[in-house]
Amino acid sequence: MKTSMTPDARAALESAGYSRREFLASSGALIVTFSLADLAGTPGTSAAQQGGRTAASLLDSWIAIGADGTVTAYTGKCDIGQGMFTAQTQLIAEELSLPVNRVTLVACDTAVTPDQGVTSGQQSHPANFNHSNLALAGATAREALVKAASERLGVPADQLVAREGAIVVQADPSKSVTYGDLIGGKKLTIPLSPTAKRKPASEWTVLGTPVPRIDLPALVTAQFQFVHNVRVPGMLHGRVVRPAAVGATLVGVDEASVAGLAGLVKVVVKNNFVGVVAEKPWHAIQAARRLKVTWTPGTGLPAQKDFYEQLRNQKPTRDTFLINSQDMDATLAAAASVVKATYVYPYQSHGSLGASCAVADVQGNKATVWSPTQGVHPLKHSLATLLGLQPENVRVIFVRGSGCYGINGADTVSLDAALMSRAVGKPVRVELSRRDEMAWENYGMPFVIDQRAGVDATGTLIAWDYEGWSAGLGGRPSYDRPGNLITGRLAGFEAAPLTPRSPAPAPTDPLDNNRNTVPSYLAGCVTGRCLGAGTIKSERVLSHRVASPFFTGPLRSPERLQNTFAHECFMDEVAALVKADPVAYRLRHLGDPRLSEVVRAAAKAAKWDTRPSPKPDARRTGVASGRGIACVVYEGGNGWVATVAEVDVNQDTGTIDVKRFVVAQDSGPCSNPDGMKNQIEGGTLHSMSRALMEELTWDDQKVTSVDWRTYHTFPLGFRIPVVESVLINRADAEAAGAGEAAATVVAAAIGNAIFDATGARIRRAPFTPERVKAALTLRPV
Amino acid sequence: MGIDEDGFRAGHARGANEAARLFTTRIGHMSQIRLIVNGHTHTLDLDPATPLLYVLSDDLGLRGPKFGCGLAQCGSCTVIVKGQAIRSCITPVRTVAGTAITTLDGLGTLERPHPLQTAFVEEQAAQCGYCLNGVIMTAKALLDRNPKPSEEDISRAMSGILCRCFTHERMIRAIKRYADGRQA
Repeated sequence: MKTSMTPDARAALESAGYSRREFLASSGALIVTFSLADLAGTPGTSAAQQGGRTAASLLDSWIAIGADGTVTAYTGKCDIGQGMFTAQTQLIAEELSLPVNRVTLVACDTAVTPDQGVTSGQQSHPANFNHSNLALAGATAREALVKAASERLGVPADQLVAREGAIVVQADPSKSVTYGDLIGGKKLTIPLSPTAKRKPASEWTVLGTPVPRIDLPALVTAQFQFVHNVRVPGMLHGRVVRPAAVGATLVGVDEASVAGLAGLVKVVVKNNFVGVVAEKPWHAIQAARRLKVTWTPGTGLPAQKDFYEQLRNQKPTRDTFLINSQDMDATLAAAASVVKATYVYPYQSHGSLGASCAVADVQGNKATVWSPTQGVHPLKHSLATLLGLQPENVRVIFVRGSGCYGINGADTVSLDAALMSRAVGKPVRVELSRRDEMAWENYGMPFVIDQRAGVDATGTLIAWDYEGWSAGLGGRPSYDRPGNLITGRLAGFEAAPLTPRSPAPAPTDPLDNNRNTVPSYLAGCVTGRCLGAGTIKSERVLSHRVASPFFTGPLRSPERLQNTFAHECFMDEVAALVKADPVAYRLRHLGDPRLSEVVRAAAKAAKWDTRPSPKPDARRTGVASGRGIACVVYEGGNGWVATVAEVDVNQDTGTIDVKRFVVAQDSGPCSNPDGMKNQIEGGTLHSMSRALMEELTWDDQKVTSVDWRTYHTFPLGFRIPVVESVLINRADAEAAGAGEAAATVVAAAIGNAIFDATGARIRRAPFTPERVKAALTLRPV
Repeated sequence: MGIDEDGFRAGHARGANEAARLFTTRIGHMSQIRLIVNGHTHTLDLDPATPLLYVLSDDLGLRGPKFGCGLAQCGSCTVIVKGQAIRSCITPVRTVAGTAITTLDGLGTLERPHPLQTAFVEEQAAQCGYCLNGVIMTAKALLDRNPKPSEEDISRAMSGILCRCFTHERMIRAIKRYADGRQA
């Protein structure tokens, strides 16, 4: 049996009894494999997001075509609700000229799928739809089939074409050979070919079309299996008992308090981790409620009232210069006018609708975990660290959970289940309570951002200074950091430390705008190389990371959203100062043609009223209407978006009613236009909820926004604005991200529209009625 | 802001009170309970205080009703009892013994979906899909008692249902599509 599986892969397959690929291999198959060197990077992408860590952790095949002609593709990018299952199935169907229903996609299972890191940060489209990885595997397989058919039929390859699962002679379609016949009983293992030609977009019939979501019929009829529905023979139910306060440690557990309780199997304690395992979910819930646990007082939390104001004073810091033209003070001193402002963005929750859930089966030195994690391979390694097992003895199988929008409770609950399963030697399913989900999340990071800008006598921006402070703790578990999550910390592991560094070293080339810390209007010059999207040459971008009292982690458009809120509102402030139209003023300072194009496209579709803000002769009471725009090039090169928001501001109550969004987005080729629109709509409204309502709250001991009465969002019955999408389809461009770009600009577009309507600038999210009213009172008379 | 704030808040308050009550009832004692779910009768030995949700999803293995909050704040666990959309996460199973219960699983099948389910597919109205149970079951109860709902009626009915992927627009379109289709 000749396959090029790594020993790691084979061991995992054998231990799991997973035989599909063994079967394929034993009965004849064409398998496209790759080596570590082939796992291509994507611009603006960190290695951790993009791919695996070591060769041993990589499985090595992307596509297997069986002797019966069935096509199975293996991907490391999961469907977390964004439609990636359907889009990747389209991709393989296209490259192999098959209908989508003849492609089976297997996603995110450490035993059988390649390590593509984490499904996040709108990386799936660039990672798998360009000339690498999954797309290249499809092209490689097609070329191999054409070559084999050429030999079989005695017809030159350039006269053959793939069609409906067969290789057909173009001039004489009666001559053909099916994929199954070509493979027969042979075992063909071919390496990923860097020179394989992908099908040109002009020939696409499946990719680039709005193929309906493959999972939707099962979803609407309750046949779809979420991780919450996973049932394993002999499975028990666990419930965690989290500390009473942040930083509290365990004093004691009074097991007598639950003695004899119906269904109770075991009280599990490991360091500061406490949980109960019972026969049924209801038993576990009651046992967790009744278990008497004594904790030390918490370490205390800083007062929320002035937490954000104090962020800039926290020590120690880790300081980073992304850009420093070293002429800032001189340029500002020479400027005709200088604008200064401070923007604040709070901690926010992922707030998944479903509380996170996982099932773990830890037996002896082996573990299998069914998890809604975004990164099966990293989690596998972190679980191995947590349990003290060899990574090759841990298998993590992705099963979709409730939409996560970043690192919700998916990873931590997987650790919870593993700890409890190990303690009882049986499979354990853990579903968090709403409070456990929301009180111990890895929240979206808070930011405080100071900016200064200088304009010359003609009103042109000549200097832009950014200095920001954000707070972080923990994050994704990565390959070896269970302590980045609450469960890991409770079990005795440490979060990745903040390594102080101050002052910041000089900026390094090339410019890294992965977090959109650099405003789009800067030239972005480092050691003479200018990779920014704009034209401003006097530029300084300095960021400080401080320690957070709460765990933090990526939340849809992490850091990029917070930074863009500050950049794009501030740009509007400068435009207002020089009495310039916000669209025209942006275009005047942009150098990236794709960013300019989305700005123009959004303005055109919105029938933008060209004039400076605020709106002339606006009323100062009652309802005022306005429009605002914001734009960004996501990660400095992975998706271009501009959004126009139209709002009504009730100046008596301070409430904001967004009437309409127009979003123009360029993600390269539109692989599935309706899927892209769905992401734009969802991302835009999600960010509207975040901009208007969402904010973490806490007291001196613990988080207090722990359910939907204390953490605010809007329900389905809310009067929602129309979201109009303008898709810029660049069929021949590189595939770029599509899932987070639109979410990035919404807070700024709304803030700018509020200013346009009222003349009041709101610099702190969320824009609650109280904050809007406060901003209104600060307007010049 | 276009939301029935009072109704939404009152629903939350009711949910919290009911959830609190659940935990003050005597626990651990079992009794035989007859449930009629999607036309099938089951006789189960249960703690009568068990919230209906756990019986449906665990004892009966149904995939429709889902745990979202356990506080009647989000709608994920919605089932229909006596024509009303109720929150199964705060409904003690004893209170629905012998009463016909309909879950999303019983509405239609993959092969023969209910037209309301078909409307959601036609509008491509989902992202992660976790909320679909609450959305579809709440809409079903509304449309059964009010076949020609106004926008306001739909908003009011859906004012306690959350979708955190914010597929709001498509979902409301799907509900209207079904309502309009029935009238046509």
